[in-house]
Amino acid sequence: MIAFDRVEKRFGGRTVVGPLSFEVAEGQFVALLGGSGSGKTTTLKMINGLVTPDAGVVRVDGEVVGAGPLAPLRRRIGYVFQEIGLLPHMTVAENIALGPRLAQWDRARTAARTAELLELTALPAEVGARLPAELSGGQRQRVGVARALAAGPRLMLMDEPFGALDPITRDALGRDYRALHERLGLTTVMVTHDVTEALLLADRILVLGEGRILADGTPRAVMRADGDGRVRAMMATPMEQARRLEALARGSADG
Amino acid sequence: MDDRWAAAWRLLPDYLSQHVLLSVCALALGFAVSLPLAVVASRSPAVRWPSLFAASLIQTIPSLALLALFYPVLLALSTISRRLFGAGFPALGFLPSLLALTLYSMLPILRNGVAGIRGVDPAASEAAQGMGMTGWQRLFWVELPLAAPVIMAGARTAAVWTIGAATLATPVGQTSLGNYIFLGLQTENWVFVLFGCFASAGLALAADQLLGLIESGLAGRSRLRIWGGVLGLALGAAAALSPLAAGHARAGYRIGTKNFAEQYILGELMAQRLDATGARARLKEDLGSATAYRALAASEIDAYVDYSGTLWTNVIGRRDNPGREAVLRDLAAILGRRDHVRLLGSLGFENAYVLAMRPERARELGISTIADLEARAPDLRLGSDLEFLSRPEWTDLRRAYGLRFRSSTAYQPTFMYNALEDGQVDVISAFSSDGRIAAQHLVVLSDPRRALPPYDAVILVSPRHANDARLIGALSPLVGAISVQMMRQANYSVDRTTDKLTPTAAARWLDARIRRK
Repeated sequence: MIAFDRVEKRFGGRTVVGPLSFEVAEGQFVALLGGSGSGKTTTLKMINGLVTPDAGVVRVDGEVVGAGPLAPLRRRIGYVFQEIGLLPHMTVAENIALGPRLAQWDRARTAARTAELLELTALPAEVGARLPAELSGGQRQRVGVARALAAGPRLMLMDEPFGALDPITRDALGRDYRALHERLGLTTVMVTHDVTEALLLADRILVLGEGRILADGTPRAVMRADGDGRVRAMMATPMEQARRLEALARGSADG
Repeated sequence: MDDRWAAAWRLLPDYLSQHVLLSVCALALGFAVSLPLAVVASRSPAVRWPSLFAASLIQTIPSLALLALFYPVLLALSTISRRLFGAGFPALGFLPSLLALTLYSMLPILRNGVAGIRGVDPAASEAAQGMGMTGWQRLFWVELPLAAPVIMAGARTAAVWTIGAATLATPVGQTSLGNYIFLGLQTENWVFVLFGCFASAGLALAADQLLGLIESGLAGRSRLRIWGGVLGLALGAAAALSPLAAGHARAGYRIGTKNFAEQYILGELMAQRLDATGARARLKEDLGSATAYRALAASEIDAYVDYSGTLWTNVIGRRDNPGREAVLRDLAAILGRRDHVRLLGSLGFENAYVLAMRPERARELGISTIADLEARAPDLRLGSDLEFLSRPEWTDLRRAYGLRFRSSTAYQPTFMYNALEDGQVDVISAFSSDGRIAAQHLVVLSDPRRALPPYDAVILVSPRHANDARLIGALSPLVGAISVQMMRQANYSVDRTTDKLTPTAAARWLDARIRRK
């Protein structure tokens, strides 16, 4: 579905991404994992053309990104990011309806779709009439997901989608989204710096460091990666935390 | 007193409708130009800095000067267009006022527009872009709605400025609420000045509040407040403009006046004579001395009163003085041939530049003619009106008598007489038909060397109406009908500080005197 072919991006003469080559098959849930400055967000934005590569080619559905107008391509791709970017002068329902409106759906079909998405993202129906400012952070992010899904994309791009939420809401939303991914047969590329989140949600993890792939594989494979030292160091902390938590739980059960 | 308030109220529909029409057009045009410019400027620094700089620069030009500058520019353009396409356009009145005020309204809309659009939350822009909106969709669905409250705040500022500055359109021949202020200042009718201030301030305040309602509606996403403001503005404008629709059908002759009492009275007198024939006449008041003649030659006004000496020196550039009759005869021939302007005839009195002094001061110094001033001038202070010192007559007078005063100060005519009375100046450049000469018992110094040309008040008719039987028929009876005593009395009834008449009432009084003769 997505193919990167020797893609490079430079900012001010410094190479921040690449050369990078990888493919994402239809139906996969891929996490782009890395610290800040690893080039993961830049990589994601080259998929929908928000960033233009300086060398190499990105293809989506076999079509070279940037060869034609970008707007129609972007309408076929769902995009969710940390700041969400809900339009503050529109109600939740109007925000969700933006994609269908851009695709010029009729009124009845748009209304039905909006109601469906509120339900799908576990939002109460009455939220539709409210303005974004009246919602909690978790609700806002659910609306962001609903809006991205509204026009029925097959590909979803997510940039730290749950980064600003408290851990409990974050976990709940992550799991809810993973279920939607299955149910709707989506292909998802998600940028995150949270190793646990990547390990628990994705089918495949691409670990990035300084714009290059350090590891690529299933969560289990990456977790056990014995090649790159940096990847091992990254995995060590959550593993260590998990062991300590387990020990703590056992200890308290014993005591 | 009551009479002046009543007169002010009677003029309100005309002045207010013209003022509102001008302000609304200027703001609409300013908005239509500034908003697209703000959009382009918010995207491109190469447009942003020059356009904001230019708009700021325009703002630093005093608004009266900006209005005044458009007259010669449009006159030149009109001449070119007449030569190229055979048709010109009016350089006086609405058009220059509109253009100047439009430029004046641009800065706040432009500056707030740029700030508003650039201030849109980057997350909203990124979402719009990532969702696949085109540039136009992003502009109309996201950026403009989000910037709207800031843009409206700019429009509010622009509205207040424009409505205030529109009072300055009066001297370029556009009727506005400024007519009260200019007319009031010239005739010391403080009721009119106050009335004009209150009317324009009230109008600005009302517009500001209604636009404020729209602004708060946009910020708070309240449809009720937005539509309330829009409806209020629409109804207010419609009510203010309604006299225009009624009056426009009957628009007829335009009578010009310069900016002093005698001119207002004679303008009114001519308008009343035309009204009496069933024709409709409107006044274009407060024209500058030079603009009045050019406006007439271009048929932008149809008739006005000028003075033979002024035309002789300033319009045809003559410096000799062949005598009263010869000046009139030659002027009629030259103006008719050169500009197709018709000189209908002299009204019967002169309004000459004369030098005048307080009698006791003149007696004390032993001065009775301008020639006597020659030796004394270095110890004396001269007061003049705003024009006199820069006019060729003053150069001629100075040369003929070798005058060199200790100081010279220019005043509004009213204040000039006060300055003489208070002893701030010793000699003034007075007007021979001014009622205050008799009222203040001033001594007029004679001009033995005939350095100053004669100043017969003459009626001039525009080329377009040079052979208009109705206009000529209505105005011809005024030729030779007004003595200098009658004119002085009429002028004084308007200029005096107590028991004042309005120019309209003075014109009615003068008309009655003429008919009785």
